[in-house]
Amino acid sequence: MTAFDLLLAPFVEFAFMRRALVGAVSLSVGAAPIGVFLLLRRMSLMGDAMAHAILPGAAIGFLVAGLDLMAMTFGGIVAGLVVVLLSGLVARTTVLREDASLAAFYLISLAVGVVIVSLRGSSVDLMHVLFGTVLALDDDALLFIALIATVSVSALALIWRPLVLECVDPGFLRIVSGNGAAVHLAFLVLVVLNLVAGFQALGTLLAVGMMMLPAASSRFWVRDVGAMTAVSMLIAALSAVAGLLASFHLSLPSGPAIILAAGVVHIFSIAFGTAGGFVPRLIPAPHRAN
Amino acid sequence: MSALARPRFEAAVCFENATIGYDRHPAVHHVRGRIEPGALVAVVGPNGAGKSTLMKAIAGLLQPLSGRVVVEGCPRRGIGYLPQQAEVDRSFPIPVFDFIAMGLWRARGVFGGFRRRDDEAVARALAAVGLAGFERRALDTLSGGQFQRVLFARLLLQDSPLVLLDEPFTAVDDRTGDDLMTIVLGWHREGRTVVAVLHDLGQVRAHFPETMLIARELVAWGSTGEVLTERNLATARRMTEAFDDHAPVCHEDHP
Repeated sequence: MTAFDLLLAPFVEFAFMRRALVGAVSLSVGAAPIGVFLLLRRMSLMGDAMAHAILPGAAIGFLVAGLDLMAMTFGGIVAGLVVVLLSGLVARTTVLREDASLAAFYLISLAVGVVIVSLRGSSVDLMHVLFGTVLALDDDALLFIALIATVSVSALALIWRPLVLECVDPGFLRIVSGNGAAVHLAFLVLVVLNLVAGFQALGTLLAVGMMMLPAASSRFWVRDVGAMTAVSMLIAALSAVAGLLASFHLSLPSGPAIILAAGVVHIFSIAFGTAGGFVPRLIPAPHRAN
Repeated sequence: MSALARPRFEAAVCFENATIGYDRHPAVHHVRGRIEPGALVAVVGPNGAGKSTLMKAIAGLLQPLSGRVVVEGCPRRGIGYLPQQAEVDRSFPIPVFDFIAMGLWRARGVFGGFRRRDDEAVARALAAVGLAGFERRALDTLSGGQFQRVLFARLLLQDSPLVLLDEPFTAVDDRTGDDLMTIVLGWHREGRTVVAVLHDLGQVRAHFPETMLIARELVAWGSTGEVLTERNLATARRMTEAFDDHAPVCHEDHP
């Protein structure tokens, strides 16, 4: 088998592989930087919670319109935003902290979602919602994923300064701009949008993987938040390509293969990352004079 | 009077019978008085006296339960405020340069471009706090004293008419404390209004012309020599710290 057969032929010969490639790489560009900020804000598990929270919206869309992309997407966005806003509201007006109220709302939301799906659909449909169909992305889905990635990257560039400041020194942001809540909210909306985009391709459960795994890996290679977003995008895109190829050659399910590829990169990063990896720490280096 | 002769900074703070606290319980009540433009004021009192609460009220982070705290000559967002425990996430991966440059927020805003002279301003601020060449260092590699210097560099860049410092010299060594005190005196010379919460009475006597002694209420306020007497300090020490959930309504306003 030549390198061409191994690396390029699947994409050259099969249109569905090309579509999957475009979808997965777009997703990487949008979701990975969001993951970096979730990670740095110590909200790594928040992506998980949100992914569950969008389920009932998608399920209601499915119930109303069948396997219609726009209906499920719209439902997912609405459900995600409702959970984010409700938990934000409860956190700011009551004694409950945001993580606790988020956990409460997403669990309710998840239960509602599973009930709705099982009322109408078969378990095949449920699997479809939970694990996605990266090999069956149609034009609408591709455009949608690309649109979200574009919006997400542009929005992140626009709110970059206050977002970084809100992470590093929220008290200072409150003084100089009077309002830190707006940027926090804008960021949460971006999280929801990217998860909804991801669940087209990877399903609600694995969409988070595309967000968090490359972000967590990037921390082992660079020490600057700007560089981390770039590295995480690169890792996510590489994982997408590697996962799709593995899925093609070894007949693995494509969504999990992509996340597994990101997982392999992550474990490699833990071991060999130059900025805090395990092995480089073991190598004795004489300390400098100053 | 010509424009040149007018002082550049004219920030004053006016307390109009201000009571400040949390959940109806006053941390410090019925404060009246005025901090004049260009004053260098030390706020002194035992733990739990309401010093930090008072600073938060001046910074506009806390609404008084009653009365008013009015800041004149300085927009609220222009106040330079150094909290006692800055909520800084020092593990966040950004270099010292980026952190200090946030001091230019008022001048550059969310989108404003960063110019050559901004780079130079940041470098000057770093040099002023004795950290020249630290631009590319990550925040988590700094010692406690170095980080306090970094916070002062950011305050320098903020260029505020009104500077509020909440225990700025706690947990730093003498040399750092002296260096930072020099910066504070520089602000005073430039005509900025500076209010600082301090514990070191020797330092207060040496450098601060005016002192506010508080213990849940104003004990004494005036020139440092007249305020820091044994009698006043003893009064301040007798203050009760505990919040009583069933405390009666304060009747000073409702006789």
